[in-house]
Amino acid sequence: MAYDKFGVLTSTAYPLPTENVDTDQIIPARFLKATERVDFDVNFFRDWRYNQDGTPKVDFPLNKEIYAGSKILVGGRNFGSGSSREHAAWSVYDFGLRCVISSAFADIFKNNCLNVGVLPVQVSAVFADTLFAAIMADPKTEINVDLPNQKVTLVATGQSESFVINTYKKDNMLNGFDDIDYLKNIEGEITEFAKTRPF
Amino acid sequence: MANTLFDKVWDSHVVRQVKDGPDVFFIDRHFIHEVTSPVAFLGLESRGNSVVYPGRTFATADHNTPTINQHLPVADPLSANQLDALENNAAKHGISHWGLGDENNGIVHVVGPENGITLPGATIVCGDSHTSTHGAFGAIAFGIGTSEVEMVLSTQCIMQPKPMKMRINVNGKLGLGVTPKDVALYIIAKQTTSGATGYFVEYAGDVFEDMSMEGRMTVCNLSIEMGARGGMIAPDAKTYDYIKGRAQTPKGADWDKAMKYWETLYTEEGAAFDIEHTYEASDIEPMITYGTNPGMGMGVTNSIPTAESLEGGVETYRKSLGYMSFNEGDSMIGKEIDFVFLGSCTNGRIEDFRGFCSIVKGRKKAANVTAWLVPGSHKVVDQIKEEGLDKIITDAGFVLREPGCSACLAMNDDKIPSGKLSVSTSNRNFEGRQGPGSRTLLASPLVAAASAVQGVVTDPRTLLV
Ligand code: SF4
Repeated sequence: MAYDKFGVLTSTAYPLPTENVDTDQIIPARFLKATERVDFDVNFFRDWRYNQDGTPKVDFPLNKEIYAGSKILVGGRNFGSGSSREHAAWSVYDFGLRCVISSAFADIFKNNCLNVGVLPVQVSAVFADTLFAAIMADPKTEINVDLPNQKVTLVATGQSESFVINTYKKDNMLNGFDDIDYLKNIEGEITEFAKTRPF
Repeated sequence: MANTLFDKVWDSHVVRQVKDGPDVFFIDRHFIHEVTSPVAFLGLESRGNSVVYPGRTFATADHNTPTINQHLPVADPLSANQLDALENNAAKHGISHWGLGDENNGIVHVVGPENGITLPGATIVCGDSHTSTHGAFGAIAFGIGTSEVEMVLSTQCIMQPKPMKMRINVNGKLGLGVTPKDVALYIIAKQTTSGATGYFVEYAGDVFEDMSMEGRMTVCNLSIEMGARGGMIAPDAKTYDYIKGRAQTPKGADWDKAMKYWETLYTEEGAAFDIEHTYEASDIEPMITYGTNPGMGMGVTNSIPTAESLEGGVETYRKSLGYMSFNEGDSMIGKEIDFVFLGSCTNGRIEDFRGFCSIVKGRKKAANVTAWLVPGSHKVVDQIKEEGLDKIITDAGFVLREPGCSACLAMNDDKIPSGKLSVSTSNRNFEGRQGPGSRTLLASPLVAAASAVQGVVTDPRTLLV
């Protein structure tokens, strides 16, 4: 599935300091019944965003007008644990987010994000706390995420930290490529390899 | 250099290494189900690709399926739509498909091994995180996302960075009433829900050597709950006994050739791991969780830890206990429960039903408890009947349902109602996992059985003597 290229992004951010946010919260299982990839933003964090009667929970950061339109989410430690459902990454993307920052990600979620055009940025726990504090102090705080230079910066103060991403994935994100393009391109090599498998 | 089991299997599946990037990783076996595959097929078709090795992919319906009256049309139109999509996609691309009612149907991680699709030294993926289950056979098995499902369909490869290696040793003998589920919950409680992130785990030591294949599957299944990519156990005589003669295992000369390879699958003396942990079997008790992630577990007779006694995360911890309506310092024993769920790819195998029956035999289900007993597959159902366990179950006032994922993720009608407390043998106690507002206590089939007959959380050892 094609996604928009990612270069340099400057945006305000939704703060979600809760730790161990699992994919059942990001998108509950009962909303996985689609056979097409459409409108996954609707049920993004469904049970944390809405009361059982369908009214929004006003205190939940994703519902706060002050953060509306942010393209970055700063999440607590161990973000995205649990299920392999790519629907979680789709819902992040469909909600309009292009980047999730956390001090630790669950593996599958991180992989899924990279495959759908959401940049997972892992920062130190200290820097994550700095970001949360800045957003709490001023909800209009802007964060700059610079993929070419692998750097995340708090715009107002200039505090920054570099982050790690392998060259291959970085090129993919910068160009909007995906793994299937790559794999299809070496199909002959894979076919030869397959012949050597015992079962 | 001395090699690990994991290195041997991983390295032999690398088609090429991308410079400063992931490995192009060949997949021997691919399982698909109705929830995470439809969009992958759409992607495949929209790019004009086809399924390159249809014989390497296997489809079964499980996540959405009803667990009663499976002979009737599926009532929920959305579920029915996904089940149809799976069937049609499989037919169109020449993939074998075990739909509702098929004798081979059941939960993907139960039917794979039953049919001999799961083999030592194989690489196995599925769009479900508990694919780690298959590591019990010495395979490298892990969950993938839908984009990767499409990659496997169209190229039989995915692009994966090689994980780091962790070995977990558990030595000694397990005590009365302590099951493989307890071993896993104990390890997860020690590791926390993210302690093994970035690692692939090998389980070693007496406890896993002594364990049945069913038990090993339970342990490997839960590897993902401490953040690990997967877990594996070196194959041995038990492994070969289990797979021999199953529908899809190699036969005759192929078997002999495979055996030669399988016998090389062990970690050599002195091989290096990035990290290693060792635990003692005698320290492990029957376990239960009290919070909203599988790392929040303790011995069933213990009290809920205070926030101060833990490192950091006080707010998240209190939020979690708040959701469960528990207090720091509460004892779990004696808490009144509403539901019991026996099933899932963690504990829906024959041994789990035997364990459950060993306790409920001659006793009665407590009146306040609603119990869902859901076998992992039709083959498990058949064996339950063959062994007469169905009679024990009915005599004790329980009902045996039809196979499927059921209340493990509550995509079908088997939802624990809001606020209700369930002792569940499945793998996740996340908020709302078993239905919006549901409260889940993860435990072994023995704890589930003891609690089901007493109506309150019960230490199974008190009923085993
Ligand atoms: S039983 Fe639960 S964990 Fe296992 S395959 Fe089904 S939904 Fe996934």
